[in-house]
Amino acid sequence: MGDDSKLRDSMKKWVDGSVTNTIKRFPEREDDFATISGLPVNRLYTPLDLKGLQYERDLGFPGLYPFTRGVQATGYRGRFWTMRQYSGFATAHETNRRFHFLLEQGQTGLSIAFDLPTQIGYDSDDPRAQGEVGKVGVAIDSLADMEVLFEGIPLDKVSTSMTINAPASVLLAMYIVVAEKQGISMDKLRGTIQNDILKEYVARGTYIFPPTPSMRLITDIFEFCTENMPLWNTISISGYHIREAGSTAVQEVAFTLADGIAYVQAAINAGLDVDDFASRLSFFFGSHSDFLEEISKFRAARRLWARIMHDRFKAKHEDSCKMRFHTQTAGCTLTAQQPDNNVVRVTLQALQAVLGGTQSLHTNSRDEALSLPTEESVQIALRTQQIIAYESGVGDTIDPLAGSYFVESLTNEIETQAMDYIKKIDDMGGAPVAIERGFIQREIHEAAYQFQKSVDATKRIVVGVNRFTVDEEPQFDYLRINPKAEKEQLAELKKVREKRDDGQVKTALDELRRSAKGDTNLMPPIITAVKAYATLGEICGVLREVFGEYKAPDIL
Amino acid sequence: MSSSKKIRVLVAKPGLDGHDRGAKIVARALRDAGMEVIYTGLRQTPEMVVRAALDEGVHCIGLSILSGAHNALFPKIMELLKEEGVDDILVVGGGIIPEDDIPNLKKAGIAEIFGPGTPLDEIIEYIKTNVKL
Amino acid sequence: MNGLVKGVLSGNRRDLARLISLIEDEDADATKALSQLYKHTGKAHIIGVTGPPGSGKSSLVTKLTTEFRSRDKTIGIVCVDPSSPFTGGALLGDRIRMQEHSLDKEVYVRSMGTRGHLGGLARATSDAVRAIDAFGKDIIFVETVGAGQSEVEVINIAHTVIVTDMPGSGDDIQAIKAGIMEIADIFVVNKMDLSGAERKVTEIEVMLDIDPRERDWRPPVLLTNSRSGEGVAELAEKILEHLQFLKDSGLLEQKGLKRSRDELQELMRYKLTRELYQKLEGQPEYEAAIKKIATRKDDPYSVAERLIAEFLFSESR
Repeated sequence: MGDDSKLRDSMKKWVDGSVTNTIKRFPEREDDFATISGLPVNRLYTPLDLKGLQYERDLGFPGLYPFTRGVQATGYRGRFWTMRQYSGFATAHETNRRFHFLLEQGQTGLSIAFDLPTQIGYDSDDPRAQGEVGKVGVAIDSLADMEVLFEGIPLDKVSTSMTINAPASVLLAMYIVVAEKQGISMDKLRGTIQNDILKEYVARGTYIFPPTPSMRLITDIFEFCTENMPLWNTISISGYHIREAGSTAVQEVAFTLADGIAYVQAAINAGLDVDDFASRLSFFFGSHSDFLEEISKFRAARRLWARIMHDRFKAKHEDSCKMRFHTQTAGCTLTAQQPDNNVVRVTLQALQAVLGGTQSLHTNSRDEALSLPTEESVQIALRTQQIIAYESGVGDTIDPLAGSYFVESLTNEIETQAMDYIKKIDDMGGAPVAIERGFIQREIHEAAYQFQKSVDATKRIVVGVNRFTVDEEPQFDYLRINPKAEKEQLAELKKVREKRDDGQVKTALDELRRSAKGDTNLMPPIITAVKAYATLGEICGVLREVFGEYKAPDIL
Repeated sequence: MSSSKKIRVLVAKPGLDGHDRGAKIVARALRDAGMEVIYTGLRQTPEMVVRAALDEGVHCIGLSILSGAHNALFPKIMELLKEEGVDDILVVGGGIIPEDDIPNLKKAGIAEIFGPGTPLDEIIEYIKTNVKL
Repeated sequence: MNGLVKGVLSGNRRDLARLISLIEDEDADATKALSQLYKHTGKAHIIGVTGPPGSGKSSLVTKLTTEFRSRDKTIGIVCVDPSSPFTGGALLGDRIRMQEHSLDKEVYVRSMGTRGHLGGLARATSDAVRAIDAFGKDIIFVETVGAGQSEVEVINIAHTVIVTDMPGSGDDIQAIKAGIMEIADIFVVNKMDLSGAERKVTEIEVMLDIDPRERDWRPPVLLTNSRSGEGVAELAEKILEHLQFLKDSGLLEQKGLKRSRDELQELMRYKLTRELYQKLEGQPEYEAAIKKIATRKDDPYSVAERLIAEFLFSESR
């Protein structure tokens, strides 16, 4: 106490003296400083800002509750984060080629991007797929495409992340069957499916079925993997897209964890024991512009989730409280103007994620505001991670920014504000209800709108866009999707339909329909259908029939 | 323009693309600029876009797309408008649309493409100046 | 303009859309067209739907449309959303909730802002409804938020007025009560799957019990789920029942007479005041008279008498 007042006095002297004198000569750049999410940023942080912080209770040790400092006891000293570049485009052939390239260049895990028809459960020959086939990811119509996709890639040697949500069970089934054909059993497979439908309703838009049957598909996967695939991450509860849609860092944490709470609750309601599945939940965040806010955000999220699992869900195993997450650098911060600047942005954002303790990382390529990345651009993105890992030394000690007066203050603040949001959502009845009401969507939209206004008013600077612009943009060579890709895919699909046993397909689909109307686990009938080369569109068609389609509420 | 004459705009998301951050912001900005805005929501087919535009008597259609399917969808929309005998609706686009594709889109009748980073005021001014009331 | 009239009568959708745009813009041609179309109106069953935001009006109208379409009725829908009093703009957000019918040729949907209509919101909306009536739609839904006086007037143009509510809305409806509750012909408690639905029904029934007016038609209180469609078929039946009641009891004729009288008076009032203001606006004597009133050198009562007398005198020359 005595120390405090002495420090306070010294600080006051400093403000009244040095600071005031300096401001007389030139004022500070702003009247008020705030993080990009609007959290106030003071001139200086001191021990006074960390009153009440108890080291073991609030920070602890890496690998131990509450995991603020990380989930692995040896951090990156044991293994670096997985360098996992999201990729996929056009046909399975071309994507397979890009996979081989990335693995040769030192990528340590695969991450698959699927095209929109695949993500929404339509075959490439569906009228709604016209013009969309192979554009934002690889087109997968049936097991045949999956087999080509992993040609020459041993599935017991790589871990694969699949960004697939509404039809996640189908793609997982295909992966399992491809592995089986390679002679690898399910229990050896490592990877993740995104499988997070709540954020689709809120920020990403590739939903198919309404919430209740969607939750059933998700908990079916939890149950199936708990029994058969101990190394598989059953869900990647995502904040990335929520942030990309315009939310603040606090909202990113709050809404993601609220979604997580909903999934855990749904699984418990379905009869699963929390300690059986919780350790295979994983998360996915963005790494945005504000350097120190982002690092604090990751730490706050980790601690908050640990506390939620421990206090609210009474998890007994430590593993159940560990938040493991993947990070992607923020796509929405990349500019089409002066694309090379994006390399610098991505470098900072990647460094943030590493200092925040991410388990795996995707770095965006410089040309992503223009198109999908060229080989050259994605190589630079990968090198960015490798330079951070091998040259910067930040991985040699764990959570190096801990103890920073500012970072710990911000970590506390983000956790507190996120908790407020979660309480509000709880009062409404949970994330699914909040989504139903449009609450989450409106909050995100409001934050996005305010951000846009501040950029337009040049209050928030975006280099190359509203300041430091050039009149003549340099010529930039960007990737053009093979225009024949759609035609090629349609030809492949036709072949598959011709070669397969239609009787077998029909039997499998009928069985699926029966199971969907009942309440048994849907993974086995989906696997059977996949083996018979039923197409994704056919399988999802049956489920659409039984479950109906989701209609988005209007929130504007 | 009399006090009750308003510019009516249809903001549409053609195709399967689910990213609506930009479309919603533009819709709101146009509203704040005094226009009447109808936002279609996601997953609009070209037929749905044209039907809505005609029935609502809009002066302008704003198409937002980030999935790369613009080369198929935008010209289809222009074609359908032509079939209906419409030549006085201002059609503009935005999202992720590569420079190379713009000339063909303009040839098909798209008046202007607003890329990432375009200030909202620029879009508002363009519409106010070029719309046929 | 004759082409427009012919087009509307022969079912040309574009001409209908064009006419409604002219109506919204308060274009003189619109009045001429409506004058010609008038004798072709009076066929449609006009159903007003109003209630607090969030009670699911749009999805209810969508489901009712499906129901009536299955009975081979053609449908028109006019959705009214508030315009910002500051910017004049509006986000017309009802159409987005009616995607199911977006390609059904027999369904026409039009979104309107409340604007700052000099003629009053009821004028523009009722004229638009009239145009759709002449176009040939069997049923026309008019959907508004029902918050203000002019929205109450809009709803008055309907034959059957549905007032929606939802469980747990607490006292929300109190704010809208004035006027709306009095003109409701059918109450619908939507989102019946939420808890508190039965309680809400009881609340409304109690309110009806203590209503002192003698009415031959006691508004029924129905439960619906506009997402699943539960209760919608029954609601459609009640709507048709109500129309039959209006016909049988002679109320339809009575209402029609009253509406014609009200409309004529409103049109005359509008025309008179508009011409009067056009004459006075900007005139230095007019501005001077106002200054005098403000400084208590003259009084508004005498000034009004004088100006009107002068106006009528000059008009009769």
